[in-house]
This record gives sequence, structure tokens and C-alpha cells, in this order.
Amino acid sequence: MLLINLAGFILIALIVWWFWLFKSKETGLDDMGLVIAVENGIYSPARIKVAAGKPIEIKFLRRDPSPCAETLLIPGLEVSETLPLDKEKVIHLPALEAGDYAFHCQMQMYRGQIIVE
Amino acid sequence: MNDKSPTELIIEGAGCASCVGKIEAALKQVQGVSTAEMNFAQRTVSVTGQASNTELIQAIEQAGYNAKISDAASEDEALNEKEAADEIYYKRLMREMILALALGAPLMVYGLFIGEMTISTLTEQLVWFVVGVLTLGIMYFSGKHFYIGAWKSFKNHSANMDTLIALGTGTAWFYSMLVVSVPDMVPEMARHVYFEATAMIIGLINLGLALELKARGRTSEAIKRLIGLQAKTARVIRDARELDIAIEQVLINDIVRVRPGEKVPVDGEVVEGRTAIDESMLTGEPMPVEKSEGDGIVAGTINKTGSILFKATRVGKDTALAHIIHMVKRAQNSKPPIGRMADIISAYFVPTIMIIAVVSAMAWLNFGPDPAIAFAMVAATTVLIIACPCALGLATPMSVMVGVGKAAEAGVLIRNGEALQTASKITAMVLDKTGTITLGAPKVTDVLTADDYDEQTLLQLAATLESASEHPLAMAIVESAKDKGIKIGMLENFNAIAGHGVEADVDGKALLFGNEKLMRERRIEIGDFVVKAQALAADAKTPMYFAVNNSFAGIIAVADPIKEDSIAAIKRLQHNGIRVIMLTGDNRDTAKAVANKVGITEFFAEVLPEEKSTKVQELQLQGEIVGMTGDGINDAPALAIAHVGFAIGTGTDVAIESADITLMRGSLHGLADAIAVSRATLKNIKQNLFGAFIYNAAGVPFAAGVLYPFFDLLLSPVIAGAAMAFSSLTVVTNANRLRFFKAK
Repeated sequence: MLLINLAGFILIALIVWWFWLFKSKETGLDDMGLVIAVENGIYSPARIKVAAGKPIEIKFLRRDPSPCAETLLIPGLEVSETLPLDKEKVIHLPALEAGDYAFHCQMQMYRGQIIVE
Repeated sequence: MNDKSPTELIIEGAGCASCVGKIEAALKQVQGVSTAEMNFAQRTVSVTGQASNTELIQAIEQAGYNAKISDAASEDEALNEKEAADEIYYKRLMREMILALALGAPLMVYGLFIGEMTISTLTEQLVWFVVGVLTLGIMYFSGKHFYIGAWKSFKNHSANMDTLIALGTGTAWFYSMLVVSVPDMVPEMARHVYFEATAMIIGLINLGLALELKARGRTSEAIKRLIGLQAKTARVIRDARELDIAIEQVLINDIVRVRPGEKVPVDGEVVEGRTAIDESMLTGEPMPVEKSEGDGIVAGTINKTGSILFKATRVGKDTALAHIIHMVKRAQNSKPPIGRMADIISAYFVPTIMIIAVVSAMAWLNFGPDPAIAFAMVAATTVLIIACPCALGLATPMSVMVGVGKAAEAGVLIRNGEALQTASKITAMVLDKTGTITLGAPKVTDVLTADDYDEQTLLQLAATLESASEHPLAMAIVESAKDKGIKIGMLENFNAIAGHGVEADVDGKALLFGNEKLMRERRIEIGDFVVKAQALAADAKTPMYFAVNNSFAGIIAVADPIKEDSIAAIKRLQHNGIRVIMLTGDNRDTAKAVANKVGITEFFAEVLPEEKSTKVQELQLQGEIVGMTGDGINDAPALAIAHVGFAIGTGTDVAIESADITLMRGSLHGLADAIAVSRATLKNIKQNLFGAFIYNAAGVPFAAGVLYPFFDLLLSPVIAGAAMAFSSLTVVTNANRLRFFKAK
């Protein structure tokens, strides 16, 4: 019984660490070549790093037919776009100040971040 | 770009046929271009090869022209593609649902009414093993997307609905397979299989997703309607020929023909012909509007009576309709502050539920009755399955989507979710008088003559005199005279007496026109006309005295007529418990008279334009949530400072970026409509959020088994699956109820 309880607590600790504490690596945006795939509940890559003070283009390619994946919101930049299925959508962003900008779907199940440095 | 599909470019600034050769030559010099063919009549060029669009545009620009990519994927097309994709997805979900229920339902019926789903003999073990493999097949064919999604998100350190479903159904299946494969591992009482739960949950959730997809489609009806207003082709006159071209190829300054019954394709200015245009789809104004030379017309409206030619002034993404569509779309996806709490909850939701599932399993294992392991497994599975982040996440966006769309249908454009929410809480509404309550176009209402004159002569003399003045009231007199077909004469020695009036000589007569003070200073006897003038002033009219050769000749009264429905609309606002306040730069008497007429008791007269925002602030200091309504140009500072600024426009000539909420038609009913729609939407959001929150807050503990110690009640995972599937459907359906909302 002790072992089972110990396993339970370890499991909880793992959940907390894996989903909340862990920060995944950032992908740099170079040569306008980055395409973010929208599929299976995630944006990949989900964390992208861009340089401050330069207008940028980010391409999204939605492969998931579920309506959850359809809307792309960047609340900090007043961006709200509908992503077509299986077709790249280019999002133009103005020159940004340094900081973090979250992007997500309507329900926040798909989540990502633009890190401006 | 590749060799197969040519790139279409729209060329601007190509005025002569010789440009064709120049542009084609310029393009062919670009590396990678195989062919370049220009269609001069349509001002388009079709290029094949490997060059990038940027290179092509650069080449054309260097040749001295402007070019842009023809965006063939128009809104309309995108919408059709989306609907087709949705339909395919719907069919797939339904297929998967039927397959999963085909296995799950008979199993469930068996378990409930016929036999035990337990393992005690070798035959049972074999039969259930086969069922387990079949269930695995269902998990693959009908539930693959849950497992792949869960795994991919897991690798990405994120968790979503897929994670919960995959974990819940996976746990049930693995436990059952364990029981089937090595029954000795679990106590005899716990040798129960739950394959039906796995199959049923997958089926029910697919069904929920499919129904939700259909319901979601209906929430975007308003935007579909707006997109549908766009014409697909336009008939333009180029090189003295009329030709039908795609709407994307219409250029600024093109002359476009619109025949009766056709949609206006782009924004423009009428250059030939007269007609009536139905603007109701954009403004909510039911009466067609007369248009003739020089009048502006906008894309999406319908030409009713005559054939007209007009010059395109705004095309493509710049038309008023495109702006409206863009704004409505953006607003539909923006979130009012009330939804932020739900966002924060959804961000932590799934891992929290996973932790609760672990905790409840541990509680059952530690304190539960036998067979504790089975109870622990059922409780954990049910917790994972019943929790529904979707309902919470969908609650706000779905209602905003329908509410903003509904408002747009009534000619009310709401900028964002925040404006929507604040508008629902407005306690005081400040109305500008001129142009908001009144038409903003003064007219001559009364001509009172002294003995020797008739109306016609008096108006003719007054109009001649005033034709030299730039005062708005003077223009009203000149306009009224012109409307009555009176000819304006010649005048000499014009002199404006600041703050008092004007004088001049006309046909050898010395004319004097102005206020009572001016008459007194010149010692002109007015007699009992003073009383008549006071009566006019009390009726919201501005009386002006007229004298010829230093003797009194009559009174001409001018008034800015109150809009027909202002009284009723203000009554509606007051009826909703809103304090209505009027602001005006006019004098007290006129202000009082107008306020009396429309039933406003609080008003401020002689307010300078820059003081308007101060008045709004004063009200805010009193603790009011203040809405300010003005024309959006003169009142911009006050509109900006108010909690919600309403810009009111007549027709489609409105700067829609200038305010929180834009009323596309002049009527103040738009205000009451806007507030009514926001209130209904907010109420709907609250119902949704409350429902979703209560559902999760009650469902999760119930699933974990908190009621078991008291009532021996434990939820079945299948019921949890059904509840979860239908909870998000309920939210979308409730939001859809807003579609039937009617203001008034």
C-alpha cells in the first residue's frame, strides 16, 4: 500500500513537472521559412523566437479538420484569423517590442508563444 | 510558383496598349519566368515559371507600373472550402461513431440485462479476449485521432481534451485486458471487464463532436451572409467596351455599370444615371435610398430601379463591406473580460483533472471497499472522461460569435468583446443633439410676414441676402429657397455684424436680418411679433427678424428637425433604466425645447466641443458607466473618453474605425438595439459559463465517488462519456439561441 501511495505521489509530481514547469525549446524564425503546423492538438513548433523591431511573417499550416484548430488568436496583437485546412496561411506581424506574445486557438487548447528579443 | 499553375498579377497604371510589350518584356527578363502574357482589357498578366512573386512585382515596378497578386482565394471561396472540409470531417465523425456504437451498445445491453461481464471460466476468458481485440480495433478506427493527439501533445508538454479521452478509455481497456490476460493478478471480485465503456465513450464523443460541428456552422451565419453580399463579377467599361470581369480585377477609377437588380460590386461615385439603392443589408435601414450623379454608393448594396454608371473609388480589401466583414470577424473572435477567467481555468484544467484522477484512485485504494482496485479504476476513468474543458472554453467565444453577428445584422458594428460587455452595463447615455437626436440639417420651418409682404418675396430677399453668408442657418434659408424654386438675386454692400446678423443692399432696398438685439439697436419697431418669436423659440426653432429699409418685414424661423424615431428610441433607453443626457453647443432655449420634445430632462447647452469630454468625465466621476453618442468626427475626444463610444452614421458613410460601436444607420434605435444585443449576449455567456462551471464542479467529484460513502452511488464511465459529449454541444446550442434574439 505504501508503494502504491508513493507511486501516486510521484505520478502527481511528474504531471506537475511535465505539463507546467517544463519549458520547451524555442525555434528561431529565420529567412521567413518557418511554417507552424497545426495538428493533433498542438502547434509545432509552439515556441518561436523572433527579433524585435522587424516586421515578420509567420506561416501556419492547419492539418487538423477539427474546428478547434480553425481560429488563430494573438490577443496581444489583436490578431484573429481563420486558418484554412491544408493550406498555408501567412500572418503578417508588425515590428514588435521585446516581450512574450501568446497565440492560441479559440479555446486555448492549442497554445504557443512568440518570444521577441 | 511552379510551371503548372500560372500566377495572376493585377497591373495598375497601364494606360496604353504599348505598355503590354513593356510589361511582358520586363517579366521575361526575370530569371525563371517561362511565359508572361498580358490581358490588356482586364489589366492582368499571367506568368508561368519558377520566379517568386516578389521578383515579379519588383520587375513590374521597375518598368514603372504597380502590380499586385490576384487573390483568387476570395472570402467566398475560402468559405466554400471550409464548408466542404467541415462536411468531410462531419461524415468521418459520424462513420466512426456508428462503428464504435455498433460494438459498444450491444456490449452494454448485454452487461446491463443479460449477463455478467466478468471472468470466471476459460471460455469467458477467451470470449472476452476476442471482444478486447475488437475494442482495440474500434480504438484504432474510430478513436485514432484521440490517441495520436494525446501523444503528440504529451510530447509537446501540453494536454488537452484528447489527453483526457485517451487516458480514460486507455485505462479502461488496459485494465480489462489485464483481467482477461492474467485474471490472477486481480482479486476475484474485481475481475470485471469494461470494453463497452471504451467503445461507447469513443462513439459518444465522436457523436458530440459531429453535432457540435453542425451547431458551430450556424453560429457564423451572420458573417456568411455578409460575405455573400459581395458580387463576384463587375461590368466595367474599358477601351469603350463593356466587359464582365472578376471582382478582384476592378481597379480604382474604372467606370462600372450596374443594372437594376444587380449588386454594386465595389465602392464608388455615380457618374451617370439615377436610381434607388437598397442599403438595408448593411445599415438595417429598410427604405431604398435615392442616388444620382455625385452620390457615393457602396459594394454589397442592391441597385433597385435604374441603370447607372459609377466610378470605382475603393476596391478589394478597401471597400466599406470588406472593412465591415473584417471588423465583424475580428470582433467575433475577441473575448470580453468576462471570458478571461475561463481562459485561465482552461489553461490549467487538463493536468489538474489528471491529478484529481490520481488522487481519487489513491483514495479508493486506501479507503475503498473491495474490490478496491476495480473501484479505483472506474473512479479514475470516470473523472478523466467527465471533465470537459471544451464547455468552459467554448462558453464565451460561441456567444460572442452569435451576438456580434446578430448586431451586425441590425446595422450595429461592435468593435470587440470588451465594448460588447461594457455596453451591456451602460447606466448613462450622453447624446449629442445636432446630427444625433436631430437630422443635423436645419430647414426653414416658418415664415411670418408683416402687412406689406408675402412669404415668397420675403424668402427671396432673405435668401439673396444670406447667399453671401457662411452661417449654417443662412445655408438653411438659401437651400429652402432653392427647394421652392425661388431665384437668388444680386446683392451689394454685404456686411456681417458679428453675433447679431447681416445687412446688404438688394434691388436698391436696404435689408437687415438678425436677432432681436439687432432690431432694437437699429430702433426697428417689432410690435407683437416678439411674442410670436418666443413661441417659435419654445418650439425648438430659431427665429430671425427681417427688416427692409429700416421697417420690420417679418420673421423667418429655422430649425433642425428631430429625427422621426428619436422620441421612441430615447423612450426605449429610459425604459431600460438608462439615464439619458443631452449635450449641445446650441443656446439654452433651443436645447430646452428639443429636450422637452424628446422627453429628456437632463441637458447641457452652450457646451463647447472641447468641453464635451469633460461632461462625460463628470458623469464617470458620479459612478456612471457612460455611453457617448456622436457623429464620430467632431465628438471624437468625448467618444474616446466614454466607457463606450457610439459613432452614428447616416447611410454607409461612416468611419467604422472611429468608435467602440458604430451605428450604420442614423436612427437612435440602433443604440437601444446595441445595448439590448449586448445584454442578451452577456446573459447568454453567463448562462454558458455557469453551466460549464457547475457541470465540471459537480461532475468531477461525483465521478470521483464522493457520493459513494453516503448513497452507494458511483457514476458509470459510459454515462460520463455521454455527459461530456453533450455538455459542449449544450453550450453551442445555447449560444445558437441568441440567433433568435429580436431587439425591441
